[in-house]
Amino acid sequence: MKLWWKSGAPWVWLNAGAVAVSMVMVVGLIGLIAVRGLSHFYPSEIVEFQVGDPELGLGQMVMGEHVRSQTIPVPVARDAGITVPPELDDDDLVTRHLIKQGNRDVTGNDFAWYAELQMSEWQTPPDAMRLERREWGDFYGYPVRVLEEGEVVAEGEGLWEALQSRVERANTLFRELRRIERRDVGVISAEMEELRLRERALQRDPDIAPEALQDQLDQIQARQDVLQENFQTLRGEIDILRRELYRDTLVATVVGGQEVQIRIGDIVRAVQPNSLSLSAKVTEYAQQFWAFVSGEPREANTAGGIFPAIFGTVTMVLLMSMIVSPFGVLAAIYLREYARQGPLLKLIRISVYNLAGVPSIVYGVFGLGFFIYTLGGSIDQLFYSDRLPSPTFGSPALIWASLTLALLTLPVVIVSTEEGLARIPSSVRHGSLALGATKSETLWKVVVPLATPAMMTGMILAIARAAGEVAPLMLVGVVKLAPTLPVDATFPFIHLDRQIMHLGFHIYDVGFQSPNVEAARPLVYATALVLVLLIIVLNLTAISIRNRLRERYRAASD
Amino acid sequence: MTSMTTAPRPVASHAKTPSGMRDVTFQVRDLNLFYGKDQALKGINLDIPRHKVTAFIGPSGCGKSTLLRCFNRMNDLVDVCRVEGQILLDGEDIYARGIDVAELRRKVGMVFQKPNPFPKSIYENVAYGLRLQGVNNKGVLDEVVERSLRGAALWDEVKDRLNDNAFGLSGGQQQRLVIARAIAIEPEVILLDEPASALDPISTLKIEELINELKNQYTILIVTHNMQQAARVSDYTAFMYLGDLVEFDETDRIFTEPANKQTEDYITGRYG
Repeated sequence: MKLWWKSGAPWVWLNAGAVAVSMVMVVGLIGLIAVRGLSHFYPSEIVEFQVGDPELGLGQMVMGEHVRSQTIPVPVARDAGITVPPELDDDDLVTRHLIKQGNRDVTGNDFAWYAELQMSEWQTPPDAMRLERREWGDFYGYPVRVLEEGEVVAEGEGLWEALQSRVERANTLFRELRRIERRDVGVISAEMEELRLRERALQRDPDIAPEALQDQLDQIQARQDVLQENFQTLRGEIDILRRELYRDTLVATVVGGQEVQIRIGDIVRAVQPNSLSLSAKVTEYAQQFWAFVSGEPREANTAGGIFPAIFGTVTMVLLMSMIVSPFGVLAAIYLREYARQGPLLKLIRISVYNLAGVPSIVYGVFGLGFFIYTLGGSIDQLFYSDRLPSPTFGSPALIWASLTLALLTLPVVIVSTEEGLARIPSSVRHGSLALGATKSETLWKVVVPLATPAMMTGMILAIARAAGEVAPLMLVGVVKLAPTLPVDATFPFIHLDRQIMHLGFHIYDVGFQSPNVEAARPLVYATALVLVLLIIVLNLTAISIRNRLRERYRAASD
Repeated sequence: MTSMTTAPRPVASHAKTPSGMRDVTFQVRDLNLFYGKDQALKGINLDIPRHKVTAFIGPSGCGKSTLLRCFNRMNDLVDVCRVEGQILLDGEDIYARGIDVAELRRKVGMVFQKPNPFPKSIYENVAYGLRLQGVNNKGVLDEVVERSLRGAALWDEVKDRLNDNAFGLSGGQQQRLVIARAIAIEPEVILLDEPASALDPISTLKIEELINELKNQYTILIVTHNMQQAARVSDYTAFMYLGDLVEFDETDRIFTEPANKQTEDYITGRYG
């Protein structure tokens, strides 16, 4: 035993054990997120069953998707209002199932628990249908007929194909409508706003001659008239599109036989999962996942996609990298190469290193107080005084979020760059100096290029930290739902003053602020998975750049 | 320290100009060098002949590399280093005030013990010194790069891959590249600090042949641990010991009939 202890084997076991535990945790975490998140998109079966005792005339049909099961002790079940047969003891367990029954507009409650004791006639009808709608959540029922302007156009045979083609047509119209509303109307209103500001500025200008003023105002007025006219034309187009969009109606029955009318313009997609083949299910799965990644959120973020959040996160991280890398690199070069080594420098270095340990919310408060109120407020005073009191840069925005994160990640970049500079062999510096180069020539032509892999390491750490940060962002520019993306077709294309959506905050919002917990739950996992994947992609990009740089400077760092 | 400065200097330290030396590049006068409180060079007096190879030999820590680095003021990079005395390059004191060190280093090139190419292409490595001087004309650069690489006996090996990274070369090739880099800016003097100590025998041979070629155009100072090498390549040899210049004479004489007992002991391998 003593020998075994002395041989060092326990150490090896201990170390290997630590690695194993870490691996299990990482794999378990990613696995849990992946399984929970990814299974959401698989078209699960629609079940139909009877609840209650039909002989007593209390029977009720229920239809929906099985979400999960639970076993609860009898007393708890009794408390929950489940009629438990008297022959069961308090020690016995009862199973209950959570069913997503949808139809929020009909039943008012789209998730419900049913005890297995009361369920009977469990079946999966092949023509059961799930509709994903723009409002009111999912719909479960049976299709009956399709109406076009009130006339029946499809019933029985060919009904499903007719429905699918009309849903597709409606989706095309909907996208067209969105495009006009977003882009064309957006361009007009942006120019209108600009004209309004110019008018205001002219009227405030004390130096302008009255004729010139009138002349200018007339010009503005003429332009406004043109824009107004264009806007009216667009309005007409929008009205026509909208009428076209809501031309068709689907008549469907919910379980129990009640007939409901649904406008096809409100349907995002229609599926009959019980009659899908495996390959069709896989296709459906892929489409669902793509819709999630590329779509916009609906219904207070409990449905739809997360594209604006992905886009916002990426934009913010890239902007942050562009800000933090020059700053951090320059600061590190000064600290390592130029500053006089002494107690003051030591103090500065310790302070910089310790900045990395400051809780991120503190950076958020600083960003709000300094960047937004002080800096943004001053910018508004100086350059956007026409628009006051409505703030331009004096409110949370993309640029402030990026700046705050840049500040947060600055120590990481400084530390890595400094270490990189310290590792450059002095022989290379001397080689350059011996050729008559000055210190700064040596630095910029030889030393800094060699230190780029280390700078990239700093960037990798900074990106990983920044992309996952949530707390400070809530204060400085991230919102639950941003009406527009920060990049679009109107000048200046990248709108630094806009608020953005962010995956991390989206997780928090969907998970904790959602009005519909059960509907949001799978989206939390799916969003978390996307965030993790996004960070991995960003990191892999940075790592591959670093490896290429390393390959180029391989021998010098040997 | 006081004991060191007051200690009697070896007589040989003053016998520094061998007979027959006419044209002189460097004149070293009463050179003392201190690292903090430690004296590394003690009253060196020495004349370096032009267009000859002068070798510095001596046991480790004798100050030969330190002395070499005085000739292009690389010792300035060491914070605690302090220099007294004079080194005249063509009659001008390189330690005088107002001397442009970068200018000096252009005249006095240096090759280090370990090859230290820059993380650039072969072409850019050689062109580096010229680009520093503001030469960016492609024609001029092409010509200088070719001439320098030919001068360093490397052209035939690399002419087809001038744009490849210099780190792809072997150690010996890298060392010759570094020599090409040094001669590209046409210095008067080339300082070689144990240029072959990190190389294999064949590369060493090539470097030695190269030194023989180069001495027609350049004054060469070489520090070496290897006495056979000093005997093979140099015209003059200086033997140093513990910061003193013990003996300086024509190489043939140093190796056949040294005037000083210490020199003889070292050369015959009795210590060092």
